[in-house]
Amino acid sequence: MGKTLAEKIWDDHIVRSAAGEPDLLYIDLQLIHEVTSAQAFDGLRLAGRKVRRPDLTIATEDHNTPTLDILKPIADPVSKLQIDTLRNNAKEFGIRLHSLGDADQGVVHVVGPQLGITQPGMTIVCGDSHTSTHGAFGAIAFGIGTSEVEHVLATQTLPSTRPKMMAINVEGKLKTGVTAKDIILAIIAQIGTGGGQGYIIEYRGSAIRELSMEGRMTVCNMSIEAGARAGLIAPDQKTFDYIKGKPHAPEDFAAAQGYWQTLFSDSDAKFDLEITLDADNLEPFVTWGTNPGQGLPLNASVPNPADIKDAEARGAAERALEYMGLTAGTPLKKIAIDTVFLGSCTNGRIEDLRAAASILEGKKIASTLRMLVVPGSERVRQQAMTEGLDKVFLDAGAEWRNAGCSMCLGMNPDQLSVGERSASTSNRNFEGRQGKGGRTHLVSPLVAAATAIRGTLSSPADL
Amino acid sequence: MEKFISHTGSGVPLRRSNVDTDQIIPAVYLKRVTRSGFEDGLFAAWRNDPEFVLNQPQYKSGTVLVAGPEFGTGSSREHAVWALQNYGFKAVISSRFADIFRGNSLKGGLLTVILPQEAVEALWVAIEKDPSTQIKVDLDSRTVSYGSTSIAFELDDYTRWRLMEGLDDIGLTLKQTDSIDAYEAKRPSYKPKTLPIRI
Repeated sequence: MGKTLAEKIWDDHIVRSAAGEPDLLYIDLQLIHEVTSAQAFDGLRLAGRKVRRPDLTIATEDHNTPTLDILKPIADPVSKLQIDTLRNNAKEFGIRLHSLGDADQGVVHVVGPQLGITQPGMTIVCGDSHTSTHGAFGAIAFGIGTSEVEHVLATQTLPSTRPKMMAINVEGKLKTGVTAKDIILAIIAQIGTGGGQGYIIEYRGSAIRELSMEGRMTVCNMSIEAGARAGLIAPDQKTFDYIKGKPHAPEDFAAAQGYWQTLFSDSDAKFDLEITLDADNLEPFVTWGTNPGQGLPLNASVPNPADIKDAEARGAAERALEYMGLTAGTPLKKIAIDTVFLGSCTNGRIEDLRAAASILEGKKIASTLRMLVVPGSERVRQQAMTEGLDKVFLDAGAEWRNAGCSMCLGMNPDQLSVGERSASTSNRNFEGRQGKGGRTHLVSPLVAAATAIRGTLSSPADL
Repeated sequence: MEKFISHTGSGVPLRRSNVDTDQIIPAVYLKRVTRSGFEDGLFAAWRNDPEFVLNQPQYKSGTVLVAGPEFGTGSSREHAVWALQNYGFKAVISSRFADIFRGNSLKGGLLTVILPQEAVEALWVAIEKDPSTQIKVDLDSRTVSYGSTSIAFELDDYTRWRLMEGLDDIGLTLKQTDSIDAYEAKRPSYKPKTLPIRI
């Protein structure tokens, strides 16, 4: 019987397999950031252990960094200590670090691909659940906790139980104005926040093949929001072209590509579960609740919990509407927004900024809201400025910031205040995610831009 | 890691589903560089509410959290496990846990127990009726018991053995260094390296 793409990669990385034990998997790359690594390095020190492969490890500062005045000392002393701790650990253990102000600083999942260090057939881990982003290149990439970060630092391996295999086939052609973000929000609404638990998801089908590499990253990024630790897409010519010319592209590109071309699910491979999504009829999606599965097409209205049969889901919807300050039956497009956030590892890449700028060009954002534009990395910021996108955003009345995770998780000063409502291109609409009491609606960059202009949730077609 | 063989304590009924790790501990509480002191951030947003279950005096001494389905979704932050442990929880019972949270909890010695949703609901009722109900989570027999009720749960033999022996995962893997060396010797040369830096 044939193998799935994920099974091929998994099997290629087994260091040791024994009955009744998890497989010991070799890890090709570990990405490190300041929030989930300090205790791991401490553990190494306490045990007198070294980092086994500093040359398969790379660090950046992103979660807790300011997006204004980045070259001044960090104002919050606790944040400063966390950043300083990463800098000291990187120095002590010989790990490459891209600090604030460095050309390759940025959100860890934007930095890997732009350096060409993310390649097909790899195993990639990071102490961050959105590591699934790298699956867009045909890699098994997943988030881990700090104990596992320490484990990989010490051994370059991770004991792992083989997940089940799921295929999600997205067939058809997206309408104008419908994007990768809408595909993944629709998938999560369909299978739920736990639908992918225990699985690796392979995204397939004509609509996925049509997506750019950056669109594919957006889809894989939010696999974890459907409960799957990893999501991936078979590499193709687009993947190879994207890597070619990047700083860390293989020197023997032909040899690497020869291997990459073997990375696809065999026609007789067996998936434990297959799901199909119709791309033709997909509309721009938006979340109305407090988990990413609570999403609907933008043309719909806030649902009535009384219509939900399942008691658990009904209770969750009732609580969500109360937290979100919404009334059942309100058209989603009537919801007024206070803050638009464009950025994050989901939608902070250059194509996302271009998409939003194409809508905002020559227009002004509504006087009732603020808009933060936070590029995913310093290189994205530089590229955007070369293209004049910064001017488009600034002329429209938006704020143009430095790179980082920023308001996606509200760990740095970029936060919502109590009751403040955002349209955000990020990945989580949990209670308080973007600031205590903040209310988040997840949207695509196109919807974010149209919303910024109109002041209420809108798609470009409404302009 | 401390050995986990059995724990008996009173319960805390958290009647919510989809309790994500941002609820367990919001991002602003993640700035510490130690593994301790995270109890202040545990369920920080909800603890302002005097009605919240942890604020009710009858549940103050609870050490077994009994939560709704999809517990621990979202961020991979192991701080969520540390916050629960720092607060005093030894075990969490739910019908469904998110994968990363579950992995983190079992690495760190916080026992996460999967029971059918009906069993969770029955446990909620029992705790609410008598908050002093003693719940025994026993890894040796893989059962949860309280009053005259005893329910079996599943946990793979390997994880159970590791928890009961209190073994350090890294120490176990380092015994396989020969296998790791052998694997590395066969890795293709085109696999990327982060060093030396190329621009």
